[in-house]
Amino acid sequence: MTLDATINEGFADVAEPSRAEPGGAEPDGGEPGGDDARWTAVCPYPRLEPERGVAALVDGAQVAVFRTHDGRLFAIGQRDPIAGAYVMARGIVGSRGEIPTVASPLHKQVYDLRTGDCLDVPGVTVPTYRVRCRDGLVEVATPPTGGS
Amino acid sequence: MTGYAERQRLVVVGNGMVGQRFVEALRSRDTEGRWQVTVLAEEGRPAYDRVRLSAFFDGVDADELSLHRPDDGVELRLGEPVLEIDRTGRRVVTGDGEYSYDALVLATGSYPFVPPIDGAYVAEGPDALGPTPALRSGVFVYRTLDDLTAIRDFAKGRRSGAVIGGGLLGLEAANALRLLGLTTSVVEFAPRLMPVQVDEAGGAMLRRYVEELGVVPHLGVATTAIRSRPDGELAGLTLSDGGWLPTDLVVVAAGIRPRDELARAAGLELGERGGVRVDESCRSADERIWAIGECAAVDGTCYGLVAPGYAMAEVVADRLVGGTATFPGADLSTKLKLLGVDVASFGDAHGRTPGCLDVTFTDPATRVYAKLVLSDDAKTLLGGVLVGDVTAYPTLRASVGGALPGPPLALLAPAGDGTGTGAGIAALPGSAQVCSCNGVTKDQLVGAIVEGCTDVPGLKACTRAGTSCGSCVPMLKQLLAVSGVSLSKALCEHFDHSRQELFEIVRVRGIRTFSRLVAEHGRGRGCDICKPAVASILASLGNGYVLDGEQASLQDTNDHFLANIQRDGTYSVVPRIPGGEITPEKLIVIGEVARDFQLYTKITGGQRIDLFGARVEQLPQIWRRLVDAGFESGHAYGKALRTVKSCVGSTWCRYGVQDSVGLAIALELRYRGLRAPHKLKSAVSGCARECAEARSKDFGIIATEGGWNLYLGGNGGFRPRHAELFGQDLSTEELVRYVDRFLMFYIRTADRLQRTAAWIEALEGGLEHLRAVIVDDSLGLCAELDAAMARHVGAYSDEWRDTLADPERLRRFTSFVNAPDVPDPSITFEVERGQPVPALGDRRPVTLGLPTTMGVPS
Ligand SMILES: Cc1cc2nc3c(=O)[nH]c(=O)nc-3n(C[C@H](O)[C@H](O)[C@H](O)COP(=O)(O)OP(=O)(O)OC[C@H]3O[C@@H](n4cnc5c(N)ncnc54)[C@H](O)[C@@H]3O)c2cc1C
Ligand code: SF4
Ligand code: FES
Repeated sequence: MTLDATINEGFADVAEPSRAEPGGAEPDGGEPGGDDARWTAVCPYPRLEPERGVAALVDGAQVAVFRTHDGRLFAIGQRDPIAGAYVMARGIVGSRGEIPTVASPLHKQVYDLRTGDCLDVPGVTVPTYRVRCRDGLVEVATPPTGGS
Repeated sequence: MTGYAERQRLVVVGNGMVGQRFVEALRSRDTEGRWQVTVLAEEGRPAYDRVRLSAFFDGVDADELSLHRPDDGVELRLGEPVLEIDRTGRRVVTGDGEYSYDALVLATGSYPFVPPIDGAYVAEGPDALGPTPALRSGVFVYRTLDDLTAIRDFAKGRRSGAVIGGGLLGLEAANALRLLGLTTSVVEFAPRLMPVQVDEAGGAMLRRYVEELGVVPHLGVATTAIRSRPDGELAGLTLSDGGWLPTDLVVVAAGIRPRDELARAAGLELGERGGVRVDESCRSADERIWAIGECAAVDGTCYGLVAPGYAMAEVVADRLVGGTATFPGADLSTKLKLLGVDVASFGDAHGRTPGCLDVTFTDPATRVYAKLVLSDDAKTLLGGVLVGDVTAYPTLRASVGGALPGPPLALLAPAGDGTGTGAGIAALPGSAQVCSCNGVTKDQLVGAIVEGCTDVPGLKACTRAGTSCGSCVPMLKQLLAVSGVSLSKALCEHFDHSRQELFEIVRVRGIRTFSRLVAEHGRGRGCDICKPAVASILASLGNGYVLDGEQASLQDTNDHFLANIQRDGTYSVVPRIPGGEITPEKLIVIGEVARDFQLYTKITGGQRIDLFGARVEQLPQIWRRLVDAGFESGHAYGKALRTVKSCVGSTWCRYGVQDSVGLAIALELRYRGLRAPHKLKSAVSGCARECAEARSKDFGIIATEGGWNLYLGGNGGFRPRHAELFGQDLSTEELVRYVDRFLMFYIRTADRLQRTAAWIEALEGGLEHLRAVIVDDSLGLCAELDAAMARHVGAYSDEWRDTLADPERLRRFTSFVNAPDVPDPSITFEVERGQPVPALGDRRPVTLGLPTTMGVPS
């Protein structure tokens, strides 16, 4: 299938960096994504447009999942902590220096997709989630790894 | 408590512009808290900007004019005028009490002089000593906010007004009456208007301007009497040439006199022509009493301007903390006024310096008059007069006493290219005063720029330059530009180019994707600034549906979902209603859709209907119904044409002279979907009564007997601005041609998020330049602009219809990618006045005892 080709092409770059860069502090109870992590499939990889997010319901939580231009995947909380609305997936994806970013669509504060840290307002963060691509499906792990 | 006994009592009489400045200056110097300050003020409100008083009639309210800065260390007693100074007892007396002083500063300003005209007063005649004899009803002076409020109130329902005095103040008052809708006349004893500032030729030019504004000047005559009608209302003025001028209201603006009555009664020495006589340290014959501002006669001379007053305030503040400052004398003649006509006179405007030379420039076509007075060797600028075009004023004024900043004629010719003045600022010596109101030199401004001020507000905050009359602000901008500080045009960290440059790159290179543009001409992966900007450029250049391919990822969420995001993450929906005209059937459809989807509905200012509270997955369903009923996208979400508002025009209105609705619809359909650097608004009025408020739009059209008048560059919003007249009595074809080119030229050259007003302001040569480009094709661009618009009109298709037709595109309209049928649980509503509104904890409903409708509509 042509679909598979697309998946595999993007795929090569995907799995590794998205995992190699977990967010902020890991909770004490061991490596999430290890034993107690629950992985939920969210959508087929091609359903993600490059540099655009989608929202997903994962274990009752709203998660924003992004695919950057180089095929990497990131997942953060869907809630904009400043505006209090669930909108992060609808922000513009880009970069600040080397940092992959998303800007809140409401008031345009910019967040580091890797760590969930707000780059414009010190001290504000969104939770980050581990995300991977397996068998062409994008999967998100709960609980979040940081920034909560 | 130790310091207490050492504290000395300072009493300030008057809280006008100078009194206020003095208190601020003293407080900032008196770091040890040596002075305990009491301010006794006659007016009921704290100090305000009298220089900008007339802005009150432009809608600037008292708060905006206020100069008051709360200061706990100052006791400010409003509405408590000083009645008497007891010099031996070292105290002043008011109606409410007595205040002892160790130092007393008089800052009582001036009072308006009302000549002894028969019938001007309530009772007998003027009280020779009293500053404010009671005037009869309908006769006013023009000095305080209370005066202006009284004038405004009295003018309601009245038709005509006359101003006695054709000087600076008189013309300002005349303009105010005009703004109040009165037929206005000016009576001036001298043979020309503004006799003190302008010479005969300037006066003649001024007169033409003033007449054009509809103000009737009566020159070379005096007012001999003010007459009443039998019912006691004002009837009119008898003039010295036997003439009779009927009028409902009179403003006397015949000059000012220093308020020296307290000093006079206390036996202090006065100046020959009044004013509290003080020496160069502003101290009176009584060493404890000082006088500053308009009430002071420094070495016998009174100054009727704010700048010398401010200088005096600084001198006395310095002296009171042990300094030795002296009043340096003042640049007496600097002035600039706006009354619809720009007039400036500065330095030795009348050429009184022996042997001086004049260079004059008169252009009857543009009605510009300018005169420079030069020293006998033609090397030094002594002064000048400008009428009509005063762009050169700030540079010239700052050059007085120094070398000319350029060849005289180049300086005087109307600023076609603006380079004359730009070069001027660079040529100015560092010691030149750029802001004469606040005595700020070029060196000080450059210093502030070096320390990090990057814009005009910053310069205002750190130097005070530009905070009074504002006439020096263009110079501040030029200084910033010349210093090259803030004016990096880089769009953001990803592009070093301005939007205009990117537009050209995209156009010339035929680039069609952001990825290629950023790879070849930028760095990184873009951001929320450059991505939508580039998306808009691509869209303006006609690259198809805004959500195709990579373009989708560039769009702001509004463009992405073709709707406007709201504070709770829901969207609002605005169908296009061209010209605001809608059939009952369509109106019913909107009502049904709103009811069925439980949307909050509101009529917008642009004559259409906004439906709020839609979740993303509802948007296609809502639009399916709207499109089926014949609606199309209103582009309320885009930086694009919004609406062309219209009044009902000649079809129904008995005043209408053209079909304003028909034109508005045609224009809205022509420009719908046109992506631009910022939103675009328009309106068409059917006659000069302007019910559609066209002059507050980016392009506004007002019908005339002979066609259409086109106005460009207006906007409402944060900084409201009236559009300026671009063309008169245009045929519909001409009108459309000019608007086409205006829009395309704007789209091509404006900065990101720059509205048309700011864009025109920033164009070198402004509106005139625009006219040259659009009408005379001075850049040879018109054919291209026309072709670009033709492409837009030909390629238009409704974004919502296209979206609904394409399952791929529809896929993104889900709240959750893995649960397309689940609505976002975070979105909840409560009911207010019978409609759903976001249920947010922090939103406080306004309750004015209105009945609330209970129950969510289902
Ligand atoms: C319409 C208009 C336009 C102007 N335009 C310009 C301009 O473009 N450029 C320019 O340089 N100047 C202009 N001026 C002049 C400028 O406003 C004055 O030079 C400046 O306000 C003088 O400040 P001041 O503090 O000396 O007097 P004021 O601002 O008049 O303040 C004096 C205050 O003292 C109060 N007072 C008087 N007697 C007593 C008392 N016995 N007890 C308590 N309080 C008392 C008065 O009520 C008043 O509030 C303009 C003036 C007007 C009216
Ligand atoms: S602008 Fe003129 S034509 Fe239009 S509604 Fe007003 S009065 Fe009538
Ligand atoms: S010259 Fe008046 S504010 Fe600067």
